[in-house]
Amino acid sequence: MVENRHQALGLSDETVLEMYETMLLARRLDERMWLLNRSGKVPFVISGQGQEGAQIGAAFALNREKDYILPYYRDMGVVLAFGMTAKELMLSAFAKAEDPNSGGKQMPSHFGQKKNRIVTGSSPVTTQVPHAVGIALAAKMEKKDFVSFVTFGEGSSNQGDFHEGANFAGVHKLPVIFMCENNKYAISVPVTKQLACERVSDRAIGYGMPGITVDGNDPLEVYRVVKEAHDRAIRGEGPTLIEAVTYRLTAHSSDDDDRAYRDQEEVMTAKEQDPLYTFGSYLKEVAVLTDEIEKSLNDKVMKLVNEATDYAENAPYAKPEDALKYVYKE
Amino acid sequence: MAQMTMIQAINDAMRVELKRDEKVLVFGEDVGVNGGVFRATENLHAEFGEDRVFDTPLAESGIGGLAIGLAVQGFRPVPEIQFFGFVFEVMDSIAGQMARYHFRTGGSFEMPITIRSPFGGGVHTPEMHADSLEGLMAQTPGLKVVIPSTPYDAKGLLISAIRDNNPVVFLEHMKLYRSFREEVPEGEYTIPLGKADVKREGKDISIIAYGAMVHEALKAADELEKEGYSAEVVDLRTVSPLDIETIIASVEKTNRAIVVQEAQKQAGVAANVVAEINDRAILSLEAPVLRVAAADTVFPFSQAESVWLPNYKDIIETAKKVLTF
Ligand SMILES: Cc1ncc(C[n+]2csc(CCOP(=O)(O)OP(=O)(O)O)c2C)c(N)n1
Ligand SMILES: [Mg+2]
Repeated sequence: MVENRHQALGLSDETVLEMYETMLLARRLDERMWLLNRSGKVPFVISGQGQEGAQIGAAFALNREKDYILPYYRDMGVVLAFGMTAKELMLSAFAKAEDPNSGGKQMPSHFGQKKNRIVTGSSPVTTQVPHAVGIALAAKMEKKDFVSFVTFGEGSSNQGDFHEGANFAGVHKLPVIFMCENNKYAISVPVTKQLACERVSDRAIGYGMPGITVDGNDPLEVYRVVKEAHDRAIRGEGPTLIEAVTYRLTAHSSDDDDRAYRDQEEVMTAKEQDPLYTFGSYLKEVAVLTDEIEKSLNDKVMKLVNEATDYAENAPYAKPEDALKYVYKE
Repeated sequence: MAQMTMIQAINDAMRVELKRDEKVLVFGEDVGVNGGVFRATENLHAEFGEDRVFDTPLAESGIGGLAIGLAVQGFRPVPEIQFFGFVFEVMDSIAGQMARYHFRTGGSFEMPITIRSPFGGGVHTPEMHADSLEGLMAQTPGLKVVIPSTPYDAKGLLISAIRDNNPVVFLEHMKLYRSFREEVPEGEYTIPLGKADVKREGKDISIIAYGAMVHEALKAADELEKEGYSAEVVDLRTVSPLDIETIIASVEKTNRAIVVQEAQKQAGVAANVVAEINDRAILSLEAPVLRVAAADTVFPFSQAESVWLPNYKDIIETAKKVLTF
C-alpha cells in the first residue's frame, strides 16, 4: 500500500475526491470544446489539459469563500473550483450572450465573474499580475483577510508587468501568491529560449520573496506549497512566487499546429505524467477511488458536460446592438 | 511572375531583403522555427539561420528596445509584434523612443526599423486582436505608417520600409492575408512610401480608403457604376505621412469625396484626410466631405462584427449623400 499523503496534509477523503472530480470535469469540458471546435461550432479553444493538477491543487489550498483570483486562460480548473459552472464555461466557449465572463466580447477562457471574485483578465498576457498586486495592497490597507492569487505562463514571466508587480508586492509585503504554470512552451518557443535562469522561481530572489518550484503534475504537492504561501500571506509575511512545472498536452490553441516545433515523442512521454491519470492512480492505491465511485463520477461529469453543451448551443447570441453598450458608465 | 497571397508576398519581401542586406534581422515571438503564428516568416529561419531570424522571449517592450539598440549599431531590424493589439506593451519603444531618436540627436542616430504587425477585423477574432490602432501611430511624428491592400503593394512597400532610414510601422490586415492572390514579381522592386495609388479611375466622386476598406470601396464603386456614377478609389497605402498631392488631385477632378476607415470614427486618419481636403481644396468641393467609419465603441463580439465594421453598403449610402447633395 502506498502512503496516504492527503491525510498528512489535512485533506479528507471527500475533499480529495472533490479535487479529482473537478479535474475530471475540467478535462472533459476541455475535450468537448475541442470536438465542438473541430466540428465548427465554437470559434476557438485554448486548453488547460495537463495543467489541471497544478490548478486544482492550488485552488483547493485557497480560501474559496474569500480570496480573489486572477487566473489566466488555461485555468479552467481554477475557475471551476471557485464556482464557475460547466454551463457558464460552455456559454463562454460558444460566445453566447449569457456568458458571465464577457458575453462573447472576449475570446473564450478570458475568465471573469465578479460574484465568485474571479477578476477579469484580457488578451495581453501578464497584465493581470499588477492588478493582483493592487488587490493585495487594498487587502493590506483595509486589513481584510483575503489573499490575491494570480497565475501566468513561464513565457509571460518575461513581461515587465510580472517584474513590476512582483517588485511592488515584495517591497510592501503584500498578501499575494504568484503562481507560474510552467508548461515548457510559450506557443512554439521552448522555456530554454525564454529564460536564462534554471527555474522561474529563481526570479523571486530579486523581489525579496520566497520562490518555490513544485511538481505541477502533483496536486497534493501544489496544495502543500500554496497552502504555506497562503498562511504566510495571511500572517502578513508577504508574497510568494510558486512555479508549478507541468506540460501543455495540447497544441497552444485550436489555431496552432504544434507538430511544426515540438517532437510528438515528447508529448507522448509527457502523457505518462498526466495529472488526471497519476492522481486517479494515487486515489485508487489509497482505496479512496473505487471502480464504483469512478464510474459514478464519470457519469456525473459527462452528464454535466452534455447538459452544458446542449444549453449553451441553444442559448441566444448577444444582439448586434448590444455591442454598443457599456463603453462608458452611463 | 508568381501568383501570391498577401502573406506570401510579405514573406517574399523579407526573404529578398534578408538575402540582399546582411544587416537585415527578423525577430519576434514565434517567428523562428514556427514561422510566425500566421506563417509570415515561414522558412526564413531555415534559410537564413538563427542569427538572422530568431525568436525572442515573450516581452514586447524588450523587442522594441532591442530593435533600437541594433539600429544604433547599424542593423535594419524587422521585428514582429504578434498582434497589433499588443502594441500597448511596446508603445514607449515605438512612440516614445524610436520615433524621436533622430530628432533628439539632431540627426546623428538613424532608426531604420520596420515593425510588422497583423491587425484588422472581419476574421471573427475579438478586441485586442482585431483593433485598428493606426491612428495612435499616425499621430506620432517621426513614424511612417504603412497599410497595404494588395499582395503586389505589400511586397513593394515592405521592401521600401526595410530600406527606409526611419521607423516604419507596417500594418498587415489579417483579412487580406489570404483573401486573394495576384501577380507579384519575383525578386526586388519597391513602391515608394508616402505615395497613394489610384486603384480605380472615376470622375464623379473620390472614395479615399486604405487597408481592407479599399476592397469595400472598389465593390461600392462597381455598384455605383451600375447606377450611373463614376467613382474614383484612392488607396492611401501610407497613412502617415499622407500623400496630400494625390488626394487633392483626385478631389479637384471629382469635386466630391468621402473617406473610409475601418477604425472607430473619433480622431482618426479619415478625420485628418477630411481636414486636409478642407484646408487645401474647399473651393473645388460641390458637397461636404463625409466619413465612413466604425462606431466609437470597442471592437465588438463576432456576431456584431459584420454590422459594426464599415462595408460597401455603408460606402454606397454615404457616397450617394455626397453625390446628391
Ligand atoms: C502581450 C502579449 N503578447 C503576445 C501575446 C500572444 N500570445 C498569447 S499566449 C502566448 C504564449 C504564452 O506563453 P506562456 O506565458 O508560457 O503561457 P502558456 O500559453 O504556455 O500557458 C503568446 C505569445 C499575447 N496574448 N499578449
Ligand atoms: Mg508556457
